[in-house]
Amino acid sequence: MVHIKRLQENGNDVIAIIGEIDASSSIELDLTLAKSVGEGFSKILIDCSSLEYISSAGLGVFMSYIEEFKDKNIQMVLFGMKEKVANTFTILGLAELLHIRGTKDEAKKLVDELSV
Amino acid sequence: MSYQYNIGCSLNNLKGIREFIRNSLKAHAIPEIDMAAIILALDEMCSNLMIHAHHCNPDHQLELHIDVSEKNKLVFEIIDDGSVFDINQFHSDKLDDLVHEKRKGGLGIRLVKSIMDNVEYFARDGKNICRLTKQMQ
Repeated sequence: MVHIKRLQENGNDVIAIIGEIDASSSIELDLTLAKSVGEGFSKILIDCSSLEYISSAGLGVFMSYIEEFKDKNIQMVLFGMKEKVANTFTILGLAELLHIRGTKDEAKKLVDELSV
Repeated sequence: MSYQYNIGCSLNNLKGIREFIRNSLKAHAIPEIDMAAIILALDEMCSNLMIHAHHCNPDHQLELHIDVSEKNKLVFEIIDDGSVFDINQFHSDKLDDLVHEKRKGGLGIRLVKSIMDNVEYFARDGKNICRLTKQMQ
C-alpha cells in the first residue's frame, strides 16, 4: 500500500512516497510521474524518507523515465532514503544512473545545479 | 525450523508474503540489511510467478516453504502447478539497454540472482518447485 503526496515548492515538484511500492502499487508512482511531466515540471524531487520498501516494479518506473527526462531536460533527484531501501538501488547499480542525495537541501541544491 | 504459507495469486497478497517471511525469520538473528534483501528476492519471485505463470488469478495457489537449518542455511521453496517460469533461462539485460528501451521489467531477475546463492527448479509430486538458497554467516 502506498500513498503519494505532491507539493510544489519554488518551482520544484516534490513527490513524497509514503509506504511500500511493489508490483501491485508501482502504477501509482508511474501515474504521479506522468502527471508531473504532463504539468510541465522540469525539477522533480522524490522524497523517499517515508518509503519503507521498493521492489523492482518501482525501480523499473524510475528507470523507464530516465531517457524521457533526458530528452525533455527534466531533472529528478531522490532523497532521504532509508538504508534498506538504498541498498536495493545499490544492488542493481541504479545509484549510478539516478541522482540520489541524503537530505532535501542537498537534493534541492543538486536539482538547481543540474538545471542550469 | 520450517514455516509454510499458502497464498492466492493476487499481487495484493505480496504484502502478506513479505510479512510472513519477516515473521518466520525474525527468531533467527538475521541482520536487517540481509532480511530486507531476502524479502525483496522472494517478493520478486512470487510476483513473477503470479504474473507470468498464473496471470494474477487469485484462485491459483502458491505455497511458500521456508526451512532454516542449524548452520543458518536458508532454503526457500515456492511450489505451484502453473507453467514453469525459470529465471535461469533469462539472461540479465544490461542496465543501459533497459534504460534505452524504457522498459519497466527485467530488474527483478537481476535482483534475485544478486541476492540468492542459488536458484534451481525441479518437479515433485506433479508440482513445480523453485528452490532458492542463501547461506547466512
